[in-house]
Amino acid sequence: MQTMLNQSISGDTTSLNAQQKISAGLGICGLLILLLATFNIEFSPLWLWLTVSLLSMAIGIIWYTKATYNGHPAGIKNNGVFFRSLSARGLIGYSVGVFLTGFYIILYFYPHLLGLNKGAENDGVIALFDPLSKTLSGNSASQWFVYGTLYTVAILFFGIKFIYKYRHSRYHIIRTISVMFFQLGFAFLIPEFMAALNGDLPYYDWKNMWPLNYYFFDQYNVNGMLNGGTIGAIMLTFGIASIFVISPVLTFFFGKRWYCSWVCGCGGLAETAGDSFRQLSDNSTLAWKIERWLIHTVVVFITISTVAVIHSYLGTDTSEYWLTKSSFLWMVAGILTLVFGWVMIFKRDKLQKDAQYGAIGFFVVIIALLMIHLSAETEHVFLIEKKTLRKQYGFAIGSIFAGVIGTGFYPILGNRVWCRFGCPMAAILGFQQKLFSRFRITTNGGQCISCGNCSTYCEMGIDVRAYAQKGQNIVRSSCVGCGVCSSVCPRGVLKLENGPVQERVDENPIIIGHDNQPRLNK
Amino acid sequence: MFRHIILTDSMEHVVIIGNGISGVTAARYIRKLSDKKITMISAESKYFFSRTALMYVYMGHMRFKDTQPYEPSFWKKNDIDIVEGFVDSIDHEGKSLHFSDHSTMSYDKLILAVGSKPNKFGWKGEDLDGVQGLYSKQDLELLESNTKNCKTAVIVGGGLIGVELAEMLLTRNIKVQFLIREDRFWGGVLPEADSRLVERHMRKHHGLQLRFEDELEEIIGDETGRVDHIITKNGEKIDCQLVGLTAGVRPNIDFLESSAIETNRGILVNEDLTTNIEDIYAIGDCAEFRVPNGERKPIEQVWYTGRMMGETVAQTICGSHTSYSPGHWFNSAKFFDLEYQTYGWVWNTLKDDEAEFIWQNKEKELLLHFVFDKNSHVIKGVNTFGIRLRHEVFDHWLTIKASIEEVLTDLKAANFDPEFYKRYEEVIISEFNSKFGTTLNVRKRSWWKNTLNKLTHANDA
Repeated sequence: MQTMLNQSISGDTTSLNAQQKISAGLGICGLLILLLATFNIEFSPLWLWLTVSLLSMAIGIIWYTKATYNGHPAGIKNNGVFFRSLSARGLIGYSVGVFLTGFYIILYFYPHLLGLNKGAENDGVIALFDPLSKTLSGNSASQWFVYGTLYTVAILFFGIKFIYKYRHSRYHIIRTISVMFFQLGFAFLIPEFMAALNGDLPYYDWKNMWPLNYYFFDQYNVNGMLNGGTIGAIMLTFGIASIFVISPVLTFFFGKRWYCSWVCGCGGLAETAGDSFRQLSDNSTLAWKIERWLIHTVVVFITISTVAVIHSYLGTDTSEYWLTKSSFLWMVAGILTLVFGWVMIFKRDKLQKDAQYGAIGFFVVIIALLMIHLSAETEHVFLIEKKTLRKQYGFAIGSIFAGVIGTGFYPILGNRVWCRFGCPMAAILGFQQKLFSRFRITTNGGQCISCGNCSTYCEMGIDVRAYAQKGQNIVRSSCVGCGVCSSVCPRGVLKLENGPVQERVDENPIIIGHDNQPRLNK
Repeated sequence: MFRHIILTDSMEHVVIIGNGISGVTAARYIRKLSDKKITMISAESKYFFSRTALMYVYMGHMRFKDTQPYEPSFWKKNDIDIVEGFVDSIDHEGKSLHFSDHSTMSYDKLILAVGSKPNKFGWKGEDLDGVQGLYSKQDLELLESNTKNCKTAVIVGGGLIGVELAEMLLTRNIKVQFLIREDRFWGGVLPEADSRLVERHMRKHHGLQLRFEDELEEIIGDETGRVDHIITKNGEKIDCQLVGLTAGVRPNIDFLESSAIETNRGILVNEDLTTNIEDIYAIGDCAEFRVPNGERKPIEQVWYTGRMMGETVAQTICGSHTSYSPGHWFNSAKFFDLEYQTYGWVWNTLKDDEAEFIWQNKEKELLLHFVFDKNSHVIKGVNTFGIRLRHEVFDHWLTIKASIEEVLTDLKAANFDPEFYKRYEEVIISEFNSKFGTTLNVRKRSWWKNTLNKLTHANDA
C-alpha cells in the first residue's frame, strides 16, 4: 500500500516561501503609502489611497496566512518560529521593534509630525484618514483616529490569521471573534457614532474600565458624563458598576480571561498581531519576581493618583454635594481596609511571602497617605504636586509603558509586556483570580512529559510545565486564559475550566498512575 | 524547603549515572527526603532536558534551553552536584567509578539510570555517514548536520520515534520514505482500526510515503563513505541522503560488560529495583525486571515509568523500602496532528475473554476504542484519538472495575477537550446501544469530580 503526495509549496520552514515573501511585501506596500503620506507626498483622491493602503495590508495578511498554513492539516504549526529573524529576536525583529517604538513616540509626543494641525486643516498621514473619520463621526481625523483605525485593522486581519492558524480549536475561534467584535464595535465604531450623535459626550469605550482607563475619574471626563444627560449618567454608572460589580462577578465565574483575552483591546492586539511573538516572553523566575513588584507598584501609583485627582476637585461642603474631600478619603480607606483585612484573615496562605510583605507595605503607604490628607490640607503627595501626579501617571504608564514599551517591544520582550508588567487592571483582576475565582488550568493526571511547549508559548511567561509535571493545577494571577498552552500540549495535559473553588489547588498531589507512591512533604 | 534530618547517614554519597527523567526524579526525591550527598553524572548534557522535546528543537518550535524543565540554579539550590563525564567502568568492591578521563569517584549508593540507545540489527552499511538513530542530544546535533543537503530520507521502523522523525524531516522539505515491517502502522501495539486511522492521518502530510511490509536489506554508500541509496527486502532501490534507524531502542549498557552486574537485554533488577550487587540500583529504560510487573513488559521504555522508578528508588534509598508498584497503565503520543492517549490495556488483538466497542468519526479523525470483559463487562482499557480523556476519571474507573455501560453513561465526566469543542457522547452511546441492544442514556453533565464521587459511593454501597 503506497501513497505519494505532491511536495507542498511551503514545507521548508527555515526561510519564507515565494508567496509568503510577495504577500508580506504587499502588506509592507500598504504601510509604505502611509509612510509616504507622512512625508507629505500628495495622494489624491485621499479616500482612494487610504482604501488602497488598508486593503493592501489586509490582503497581505490574509494571503500570508494562506501561504503559511494552507495545504497543511489543521493543528499546531509552529515550524521554524525560532529560525526566523522576526520571531526569534533577530535583526528583523529588532528593526520592527525600533520602528514600532518610534511610531509610538511620535504618536504620543509629536503628533504634528503625522500632520496634526490644531485649528487648521490636517496634512500628512492624518489628512489621509479625514474622509473615513468624516464619514463616521463628521469630524476631521486626529492622531488617535489614525491609530484606532490601524489598531482595528490589525486586530481584524491578524485575527483572521489567528483563527485560520488555530482552526482546529473552537475555543480560539470563538474567543478571537469576541476580541475582533469588541474592538470593532466597542472601541472603534460606537464611540465614533456616539460622537456623531452627541458631540458633548467624552470619548467612551464601554469596555475600557478604570484603572486601565486611567482618565475615567478625571474632572473633565466626569463633568462630561455628568453634563451628558441620560447617556452620560448611564456611562458613569456603568463605569463604576464595571469596577465594583460586573468585573468581580465575571472574574469569579470565568477567571480574568473574560476580560484579558476575550474583551480587552490591549489583549486583543496581543492575541492577534502579537501572536507571532508570544514565545519571546521571558519565563524565568527572575522575570516573575520583577513582574510582581512592577505591576503592583503600578496599581498603587494609579490608586494614589486617582484618589488625589478626585480629592482635588471635590468640595468640602456636604450641603453642596454629598461626597466631600474628607468623606471620599474615608470611603477609600474603608474599602482598602476591608479588602486588606479579608485577604490577611482568610486568604493569607494563598499568597507568596513577598506578596504578603508587598501587600502590607502598599497598604501602609496608602493608609498613611490618606491620613496625611485628612489631618492637613496639602497640595503635595510624596513631595509631588497632586495635579502633576496624574499627569505623570499618564506619561510614564499610559504612554511610555502601555504604548511605547507595551506594543513597541512586542518583537523583543513578547506580546504581553504591558499586560504582564504594567497593566493595573490585570493586576486587580489577577489578585481576584488567585484568591476568589472558579477558574483554573487542570493538569491531566500524570500525562505530562515536561516537553516545555506550554511554558515556551505562554505569553505571560508562566512556567506552566513546572506545575504540570508535578500533577498540580495552574492557578496564577497573571494567567489571561488564552488557552494556547492547552493547544500546544502534545499529550492533552492541560484544560482551562471553571469549577468549585475548594478543589482548585492541590499543592501536593499524588501523580496519578503511581498510586502507591507516598506523598512527600512540600 | 523542609528536610528530614537523618544524622546517622546524612553524608552518605548517592551517585546517579544518567540525568534523564529517571535519574533526575530519583535525585529530586532523595533530596526531598534526606540530606544525603547527591551527585548526578552525565556525558550527554550538563542539565536535564526533556528527551521527548528534542523534535521541537529541530522543527524550530523551541530552543534547546526551553526543553530544560529546571533553571541551572535549581541544582545548586537543591544541593545536587552535577558532573559531566563518561563512566567507563564500575568497581563494585571498592565502590568507585572510573571515568574515561581516568578520574575516579567513590559512592555509597549507586543508581544506574543510563537510558537506551537506538537498535541496530547488523544491517549492511549501518555505520555509514548519514545513517543514524534519534535518541540523544548528540543524535539531534548529528541530524542537523546530516540534513544540510538532504532531499530524501528513508526511515526504518514504524514506531513512535519513526513518526517523530518523519514529522521533523517534512518541516525541512525533506521527502520521507517510511519502511514499516508490519502490514500496518505500529501493529505491535495498536489494534487494526487504530493503526488505519493513524495511517490515514499521516497520508495527509505531503512528502511522506508509507511502505508497509517492507524492510531494509542493505545501505549502500558512495565513495566518501556517505549513504547514497538503500535496497529494500522487496528489491527496490531508493536514493537517499539520510537513513533514520528507528526500530526501537535497547538499554545502553555496553560499559557494564566486564562488570559483575547481572544483565540480560537490560540490567536485571528485582521488584525493588536492586541489582544483584548490593547498593547498586537500576531504573528507567535500562532496567529489566526479573519478574515482569503484571502485564507490563520486563523493560519499560516510557517517560512515565522512568519517573515512577525514580520515585520508588528514592524511597528505598532514604530508608523506606519500597517496591516498584505502578498503577494502571497509561501512555500518550502525538502522530503529526493526531493526539493519542491510552488508559488501561488495549492490546493489538483482542484476547479471548475480551470484547470491544469502537466508535469513530472518519471525517474528523476521532476514534474511541473501548475494551471490556466479555462476560462481566468490566472496562479493561481505552484508546482515544482526537478526543482528550481525563486521566483521573479513567484511572478511577479501572480501579473500581466500572462496567462499559457505567463508563459510557458517565463519559461526559471523562472528556478533557478544551471548552466549546464539539461533544460526541450522545452519538457514541447511541451507536453502542444499536450494536449491543442496550438502552443506555448519557448522564447529564455535571462537575466531573461530583460524577466521580457519586460513582464511588454507589459502588461502595
